[in-house]
Amino acid sequence: MGGQEMEISLKINGKDVKADVKPNTLLSTFIREDLNLTGTHIGCDTSQCGACAIHLNGDAVKSCAILAAQADGAEITTIEGIANDDELHPMQQAFHENHGLQCGYCTPGMVMSSIKLVENNPNISEEEIRKGLEGNICRCTGYHNIVKSVKQAATVMGG
Amino acid sequence: MPDGGSTGIGVSVKRKEDYRFLVGEGNYTDDINRPNQTHTYMLRSSSAHAKFSIDTSKASKAKGVVKIFVGTDMEVGSIPCGWQVDSKDGTPMREPAHPPIAKDKVRYVGEIIAVIIAESLEDAKNAAELIDVNYNDIPVIIDMQDALDNSKGLVHDEIESNVCYDWELGDSEAVDKAISEAAHITSLDIRNNRLIPNAMETRSAIGDYEHATGQYTLYTTSQNPHVIRLLMGAFVLGLPEHKLRVIAPDVGGGFGSKIFHYAEEAIVTWASNKIRRPVKWTSDRSEAFISDAHGRDHVTSVKLALDKDGKFLALKVDTLANMGAYLSTFASSVPTYLYATLLAGTYTTPAIHCNVKSIFTNTVPVDAYRGAGRPEATYLIERIVDKAAREMGISQVEIRRKNFIPVDAFPYQTPVALQYDSGNYNATLDAALKKADYEGFAARKADSVKRGMLRGIGFSTYLEACGIAPSAVVGSLGARAGLFECAEVRVHPTGSVTVFTGSHSHGQGHETTFAQLVSEKLGISTDMVEISHGDTNNIPFGMGTYGSRSLAVGGEAIVKAMDKVIAKAKKIAAHVMEASADDIELNNGNFEIAGTDKSMSLADISLAAYVPHNYPHEELEPGLDEKAFYDPLNFTYPGGCHICEVEINPNTGEVKVEGMTAVDDVGKVINPMIVEGQIHGGLAQGIGQALLENAAYDSNGQLLSGSYMDYAMPRADNFVDFKVGNEVTLCTHNSLGVKGCGEVGAIGSPPAVINAVVDALSELGVEDISMPATSEKVWNAINQAKNKN
Repeated sequence: MGGQEMEISLKINGKDVKADVKPNTLLSTFIREDLNLTGTHIGCDTSQCGACAIHLNGDAVKSCAILAAQADGAEITTIEGIANDDELHPMQQAFHENHGLQCGYCTPGMVMSSIKLVENNPNISEEEIRKGLEGNICRCTGYHNIVKSVKQAATVMGG
Repeated sequence: MPDGGSTGIGVSVKRKEDYRFLVGEGNYTDDINRPNQTHTYMLRSSSAHAKFSIDTSKASKAKGVVKIFVGTDMEVGSIPCGWQVDSKDGTPMREPAHPPIAKDKVRYVGEIIAVIIAESLEDAKNAAELIDVNYNDIPVIIDMQDALDNSKGLVHDEIESNVCYDWELGDSEAVDKAISEAAHITSLDIRNNRLIPNAMETRSAIGDYEHATGQYTLYTTSQNPHVIRLLMGAFVLGLPEHKLRVIAPDVGGGFGSKIFHYAEEAIVTWASNKIRRPVKWTSDRSEAFISDAHGRDHVTSVKLALDKDGKFLALKVDTLANMGAYLSTFASSVPTYLYATLLAGTYTTPAIHCNVKSIFTNTVPVDAYRGAGRPEATYLIERIVDKAAREMGISQVEIRRKNFIPVDAFPYQTPVALQYDSGNYNATLDAALKKADYEGFAARKADSVKRGMLRGIGFSTYLEACGIAPSAVVGSLGARAGLFECAEVRVHPTGSVTVFTGSHSHGQGHETTFAQLVSEKLGISTDMVEISHGDTNNIPFGMGTYGSRSLAVGGEAIVKAMDKVIAKAKKIAAHVMEASADDIELNNGNFEIAGTDKSMSLADISLAAYVPHNYPHEELEPGLDEKAFYDPLNFTYPGGCHICEVEINPNTGEVKVEGMTAVDDVGKVINPMIVEGQIHGGLAQGIGQALLENAAYDSNGQLLSGSYMDYAMPRADNFVDFKVGNEVTLCTHNSLGVKGCGEVGAIGSPPAVINAVVDALSELGVEDISMPATSEKVWNAINQAKNKN
């Protein structure tokens, strides 16, 4: 089952990766199981929750919604590749300062989605943040401090 | 210099645990892989009620399959319920057997019928397709009223009824008398909707048996690893504690759903011995919907008797509580001791009676979900108070003030067993009215009306009982465990500290809050403190985290252990400095001889304790490492006022939350930032219950709301900025004065939201709307009211 494996090459968090993947392997599974980058989380099986969001060729993408094979030749960043050594990305820092995370499970996806929201709309309003995060579910925070975090990060990121 | 002040009690210290989560280095159960591990797929029943036969012969030969187990392969103990409730006639609750894998009969969609263990999850899933299951369907019991009629069928043949127990609390005669004489009676029928907890991390478990030592390790997504060790070890698998290690690493939210001992935990642990390889299982979300314990699901009739001035005379409550198909760990206690005991709320109602029938149905087991019994009690109280006010022409605020337990009445003995230690309900109401700008409501409503919209405001002045619980009290009520907590405070030779706590953090921020307790008490920065939890081999003992108990019970255990550390440290300091221990004072981390400039730091003392060259050996053991157990004297009683303001579009029925204000009294606040975060999260779950969420079954027992496509999880754009504040009365029976904040948001808010919706619709003559108040429901209510008028 799953068909013949195929070779893909991609760049992930700045490193070149070559791997053999089955045609039915989801990108999220590939990232977690093959590359052992377990910061990308799986929270559902219907592409609703956004815990698996990553950056693929500059866009925030739910990695459970595409196949690993489709990422052939892509440039990918996961939550592990966002900080600059010990220096957190402004979005990560803002989540820390505003208590934008509790159990931490949705956090990687939230951070990845939020970075692109702000990069694509530097003067983002609260309403736009709430709308923009519709595809990321958090059960802990009531989103209150996540919205605050994104607002603060937007000012730091040059909005 | 010690610097306890800046990271001590009352400071919004940023969380110590954040970093690993923010950089993707959390360690959740599914992130763990053991060498030579196998993968498991649980084949689950697609029928809600059937006798079945199963043929795994073809599947056993499929690619990658290591072993397939069915129910008759796993002859172990029944999954136990942790709380025995007796019916009012004195008979014990009916407690049907609950095998981890169904043997010949299934009782809900989602029940495990076969365990497929393979080299990969894909192999296991593919093999499951080859399993032949033959279901002979039996009539399905979904509705609780149907369940009361034996002729419609029995969920369990071996017990003669679908009623688990028929239980009561309170003085039924006094209540009936008051009702027969009252100037006014208000009645209401209520459904407290079934919810699905939906922690974002799905459950996962890895069983790992080491043949050479006979040692079992279970990695699991649990809120209470020691409780799992006890329930699974002693009752299901017959494994002694010293051979069973349970590790609950980072856990991605629980909300109650990860308290319980689930079949999958026993299965992977047991199977890892059978196949002599680690066995891993991770639930996918669809599976979680039909296998995680659900919450709430009560149907209740309530009557409130009032005198002519609106003073409450009596409350009569009749409830049917859904247990699902089997008794989950805490299921029996939720609609009894965590529910009926709350029915006084914040009011002086002198007579209360509550009857609860808990019912087996062909649905997923129901158990504690954030609030557990207290949201159900609060909902009916705050809804009927609201309705009574409307009927009697008294304002929503006035009727509450008239009936509040006054500040000078504490300690206050309610007619339903509890004794409240402290509270000030007018204070939280006043603060909430101000925060919500109640005075400006009329103007905001006028503005809505101008735009063709309806606007309403709703209140909830709630109380809850948490910090569970005094072991002697819960023991007398049927709990099969004690509910104390344990902590060990280890001062290392160079003065840093590790705290081992039996509480478990799965988002609550214990690693920070508990470190602040140490910082405050021992005068060292939180950077010098590590909080260890979640591993039965590291932690002396623990009862875990639920019922908002971590700080009030677990925190107190840490304080007690620190008191022992300090007492010993003073003796060591006295010896080294040649003074009397009575003269040693601890000030900001320094152990000083009173009235002199001589002092030792904690680090000086701990070094002396671990390098005991100059040491009072005849009097003290070396080392500085103390353990304490703390059993609370009473429940704690947080309370407060939630005010919700909604705007409703009469053309679409859409309800928009325009304002959500919560002023809570959670006792002493250790970290205001974390407390506010807990309240935000609770509010979101409460608003979710009121407006969005509902677990719906069809009459065949199929879960209709079985994915995020169908179950309305609250999203960021369902909410506005919450306005949160606090007023403090201290808990009088613990040293910290803390009460608990984890559940108040979910307990207090649903009636505030629904009262606001009803307020908005009341001018049309709508008196009630059931949860969740979806657009469709509201639109229908508006149109029915219009047609009637």
